[in-house]
Amino acid sequence: MRAYDLVELAARNLRESGLRNSLTTLGIGVGVASLVAFLSLGIGLQEWANRQLGRSGLFDSVVVTSRQFRSPRFGGGNDSSPATPPKPLDDAARKSFAQMQEVVDVYSNFSAVGELRMAGTAPEDSHFTVVGGLPESARGSEAFDDVQGKFFSSAEAHEVVLMADFARTLLNLPEKELAAENKLTSDEANQLLGKEIIFRYPERQAQDVPPPPPPANGDPQSDSVPGVNIVRKVQTLKIVGIVNAEPYRGMRNGRTSAFLPIAFAESLNMMQPIDISSIMRPGQGKTYPALIVRVAKSKDVSHVEDEIKKQGFNTFSIMDASKNLTRFFRVLDTFLLVFGSLALAVAFLGIVNTLVMAILERRREIGIMKALGASDGDVKRIFFFEAGTMGMVGGSLGVALGWTIGRIINTLTNFYLQRQEMRTENFWVVPLWLVLFSLGFSVFVSLFAGLYPASRAARLDPVQALRHD
Amino acid sequence: MAPGRSNIKRKAIEEYHLEANGTEAVRTVSLVRYYKLGRSVIPAVDGVSIAANRGGFVALLGASGSGKSTLLNLIAGLDRPDSGAIVVEGQNLATLTSAELAQYRRHTVGMVFQSFNLVPKMTLYENVELPMRFAEVRRRERKERVREALERVGLSDRMKHRPSEMSGGEQQRAALARALVNRPKILLADEPTGNLDSKTGTEIMDLITELNKTLEMTVIMVTHERSLAERYADKLVFLGDGKLLGETENSKKRTGELVR
Repeated sequence: MRAYDLVELAARNLRESGLRNSLTTLGIGVGVASLVAFLSLGIGLQEWANRQLGRSGLFDSVVVTSRQFRSPRFGGGNDSSPATPPKPLDDAARKSFAQMQEVVDVYSNFSAVGELRMAGTAPEDSHFTVVGGLPESARGSEAFDDVQGKFFSSAEAHEVVLMADFARTLLNLPEKELAAENKLTSDEANQLLGKEIIFRYPERQAQDVPPPPPPANGDPQSDSVPGVNIVRKVQTLKIVGIVNAEPYRGMRNGRTSAFLPIAFAESLNMMQPIDISSIMRPGQGKTYPALIVRVAKSKDVSHVEDEIKKQGFNTFSIMDASKNLTRFFRVLDTFLLVFGSLALAVAFLGIVNTLVMAILERRREIGIMKALGASDGDVKRIFFFEAGTMGMVGGSLGVALGWTIGRIINTLTNFYLQRQEMRTENFWVVPLWLVLFSLGFSVFVSLFAGLYPASRAARLDPVQALRHD
Repeated sequence: MAPGRSNIKRKAIEEYHLEANGTEAVRTVSLVRYYKLGRSVIPAVDGVSIAANRGGFVALLGASGSGKSTLLNLIAGLDRPDSGAIVVEGQNLATLTSAELAQYRRHTVGMVFQSFNLVPKMTLYENVELPMRFAEVRRRERKERVREALERVGLSDRMKHRPSEMSGGEQQRAALARALVNRPKILLADEPTGNLDSKTGTEIMDLITELNKTLEMTVIMVTHERSLAERYADKLVFLGDGKLLGETENSKKRTGELVR
């Protein structure tokens, strides 16, 4: 039988019992829709999670700390090779990290204490607070999604980004219970943006003091030679932005109130808690409490981590946690696939039922066709084609329906998120492969469902089928 | 397949070749077809050997249950014998595969039934076109062939009608057109007038006779009306309880002008 005859005969049969076939097709559609809806939710959530984590910088950075600060009993003991002695986390180390091929940026986890007050206010209005440094890559972090104002114009700019709660303090507004409610109105923000703020901070001035000769018998009685001098300095900064959440920069430092561009902050040579080590160990020079090594591709993170460990430092990255996350989503997707497939399994039975009913109904017709020269294969193909068509149409319907359901739920979710003044997100992703997979799966399941009815129809004895009623 | 059965088949074919004289369109040799009813086995056709000459008109006569319809279904390739041979145009149907048998039904035989067996949801045109779909006749050719067949049975103006909109006689004519459309050599008719009144029945029989004459189709017709058989057939085959009771050349066959 020629293809167009097959199509015509099958189409005629499908039209003939239109209601029953439509309902069966609708059943397939609902099955596929549930599959598409579940899987697109799974995929969407996974992509959303990866996006969030990726933007946070968690997945492409390694935090490096010195082993000098670790007691061998409490940490670093298991992963550090005893052969490499603890090394100071200084500029030499920083340079060696930056030279690694996979590394795009190395910056310090800069944090210092200083005083801030608006220009033109009395010194009594100063606020004693913690100031952090932000690398250029923080520009893409989620904290800057709803920034009021903008990011720093350059890494050396004399500019500052304020945390919203501190901005409230500057404006003498009450601080809210929930961090999310601290966001300023645009009028309030405009009172600060572009204004100047005065920053007073302690500058660390290294002394060229040679390390004292080691005493013959243990610790010297008195070691009054200071390793550093500390001098008070002042800078005038311009407020360029206000953020509501603290951007990720390797480690959370608690309540940092303001951020400076990292290169500018480092150039100020501010006194930091870590400088105590310089006082204790004069001659060691400037060290960092922690360095954040940013890697171009997150797959290289563990390699970079190993290399840095070999140099004698402690490292931390979230890659291990991310592996578990990927596994979690794989399990979630499997569950969603199974639940989605359950509806399709019901649809499968629907197809079998419809086609078996069609055989009973078309018994005589099948007999006639065979008497006129239809082969078993012809009869089988007609039924198969009917099943496949229902699968194809049902599949298309299902994809459309699943997509629509996803859209609606996504819209409702975002409506809720907007009411909560949160950023809208896309939790439902229907990639092309999912569309093709669903269609293919639907046709496959339908053909599989048609297997038994088709072969039963083909086996039908024409003499029996044509016997007078 | 049991070895005994294939031996019988081979023997039957040898027998056929011995007897074959080149003018036979159909020959059955020791044909046996059983039906199982519960534990008992009923021989519907029990060792029947008959022959139909090319262009001949054979009537299979017998009471109901005599096995005449089963014999016709075996010749039509709708059923398979348990033993024996059916040789049609040199092919032994008993040895054909199911696909080859379908091919045979498509091209070699055309069938009409007592209950017409038109597909109710198809128009007359579509019903007549249906066998050509299985025979993979080109579309361009189909229209011409349908028209030709319908002209021959006098239904050219009813093409768009469905079987339910036509009288019994018209339906049987449509069935004849459908049986003709693939240009088979043999027409098999199972009680073609059984559901028709006598006037319409005569019309149909005249039409079948005309096909027998003008297209030189071999006709094998099952009937229980001896008078009908004597009027149209040139050979009468009598069956009873699945066995061949006898066959006679029909001398009483009506001659002269066909009545429309």
